[in-house]
Amino acid sequence: MTQTITIAPVTRIEGHAKITIHLDDAGQVADARFHVTEFRGFEKFCLGRSYREMPAITERICGICPVSHALAAAKAGDALKGVKIPPAAEKLRRLMHCAQLVQSHALSFFLLSGPDLLLGMESDPKKRNLIGLLEAMPGLAKEGIRLRQFGQDVIRLIGDRSVHPAWAVSGGVREPLSPEKRDGIAAGLPEAMSTARKALKLGNEALERMAEEARCYGNFPSLFMGLVGGNGDLEHYDGTLRMVDESGSVLEECFDPSRYGDIIGEAEESWTYLKFPYYKPRGHETDAGMYRVGPLARLNVARQAGTPLAEDELRSFRQFGESGGPVQGSFYYHQARLIELLFCLETMAALLDDPEILDTHVRSHARTNNRVGIGIVEAPRGVLFHEYHVDDNGLLNYVNLIIATGHNNRAMNRTVLQIAQRYLRGGRLEEGLLNRVEHGIRCYDPCLSCSTHVTGRMPMKMELYGPAGELLDSISQSS
Amino acid sequence: MTAPTPKLRLATAWLGGCSGCHMSFLDLGERLIKIADSIELVYGPLVDAKEFPEGVDVALIEGAVANADNLELLGQIRERSRVLVSFGDCAVSGNVTSLRNFFTVDDLLTAVYHVGPGSAPHGVEAVQVLPALLPRVLPLHHVVTVDAYLPGCPPDPERIWTALSALLRGESVYLSPEQKTFG
Ligand code: SF4
Repeated sequence: MTQTITIAPVTRIEGHAKITIHLDDAGQVADARFHVTEFRGFEKFCLGRSYREMPAITERICGICPVSHALAAAKAGDALKGVKIPPAAEKLRRLMHCAQLVQSHALSFFLLSGPDLLLGMESDPKKRNLIGLLEAMPGLAKEGIRLRQFGQDVIRLIGDRSVHPAWAVSGGVREPLSPEKRDGIAAGLPEAMSTARKALKLGNEALERMAEEARCYGNFPSLFMGLVGGNGDLEHYDGTLRMVDESGSVLEECFDPSRYGDIIGEAEESWTYLKFPYYKPRGHETDAGMYRVGPLARLNVARQAGTPLAEDELRSFRQFGESGGPVQGSFYYHQARLIELLFCLETMAALLDDPEILDTHVRSHARTNNRVGIGIVEAPRGVLFHEYHVDDNGLLNYVNLIIATGHNNRAMNRTVLQIAQRYLRGGRLEEGLLNRVEHGIRCYDPCLSCSTHVTGRMPMKMELYGPAGELLDSISQSS
Repeated sequence: MTAPTPKLRLATAWLGGCSGCHMSFLDLGERLIKIADSIELVYGPLVDAKEFPEGVDVALIEGAVANADNLELLGQIRERSRVLVSFGDCAVSGNVTSLRNFFTVDDLLTAVYHVGPGSAPHGVEAVQVLPALLPRVLPLHHVVTVDAYLPGCPPDPERIWTALSALLRGESVYLSPEQKTFG
């Protein structure tokens, strides 16, 4: 005797999804589910191909973070060959990865979530988008577009094209960086930096305005997982995989990435194509094994940022955590993203200052020496695993991809439930509620292209069904 | 036509693709700001329109047709749009999205799920909540009439600009030979 509300599809996220809210007999929210509705099957159709093709193929999983996939694939390839790549190659990979984080975080803040944060959750849905932002805050919106473009332009300068560059290869990268290109990138940094700092200020103001949202949008204890560099610095390309518990104590410190299978399992549910990774020692039956990844998790697992401006921001960010513990509210993902943006720009400046980045030795050559290769990077949305097994000819006979958004699956479901419980009143559907529930998902900036090895994003409709399946109420936004 | 010139009603949609074509569209960057006055973005990943609207002038469709939802939406898009553009290699040829065509849906789902604990999204229960996967992924022109093709994975911003500016002037799209490549 329960009722179900369906929100389909969810808007302003990167992927196809719908949400259902289930009411009990008393009209109270009993459960909420975030359904990912697409499936592409990369793990199967890549079998029999050479691992050398994987950077190019897996980039096509996602147009927003293709560089992360290419790098994870190239790193798995490095491991299959058993080579250490030249120092300049590693620096160039880091440089391009920073550029992608900049473009992806700028996209999330200015184009996808910005309209909610800056124009308001209940503002006119017809204007609650980039075009509306351009009208209301033209200067800022343009700067946001230019910041995203800066990231894309850097990727193009280094790798010839901004989406799906054919550049990272196992053993290194295809092309060294010329001094002219280095200078071209450096010239864009000051403006990018100033926009990032402006965004941080706006983000902080939005947090003050939206204290209520910050309190109930995915605010619950969970584990956090992310890579950390030497000294526990914030890290996106390579490092130690760290898992901390609800109080911030280190649970796992995984120096050997091939051990990831010991700590992470993947559960499945019949109502979504997105799997539910969980912390194995705690099991998948309850929320105890739930963990989060991505910008918020990375800041929570890192001891410090490692760059001066980001470090200042990180220090004040820590106040949002209770008694020195991790910051628990998923609404803070937005601000965490902006701190990372600043960190990436600072890191790019440091990389460009290093003369070694111009070294022309950028590729190590070797045959295939190992049968198993695992590549791990921090994609914009969190830890990304590519695991490949090959035969004697280097042809793949096993592929497993665990994608950032997947790790957050359980937390996203919990977040939708928390918001629905707070804002759904008397089983009535209102546009503001609809957007709030969706925004709960947007906090995670989910990239469903990645997670299900798919993509899309479409308008949404929310329906409330009675016990006998009759339509009780429905709401949709007209175009 | 009487002044002021009505804005071009532009829609974009993602079917089975990677969103890279949309990213390339956004890479028009400041050119997008310039044309913001002459277009009205009525549907697509960045706006909250709930249903594909009537009376669309130009629809850029990324991705191939991979499941029942894509199929239904594409039919609606065709009915409601004057010019439907196959936007990118997935839409034009199936591309990477159609690499799964070598396998049956059953084999794919069996290979990817049924490993971890829980119940796999495969079978009767799944089909009730998730759109059915088509046995084969199809390019758009296998399903509806397509008015223009924009190849590339993704089409680079120059190519998109060539097409979009022609459509804004109300002209047909002509791509130069070097703009007609895949990949
Ligand atoms: S054509 Fe290429 S860029 Fe466009 S959706 Fe397909 S894979 Fe992505």
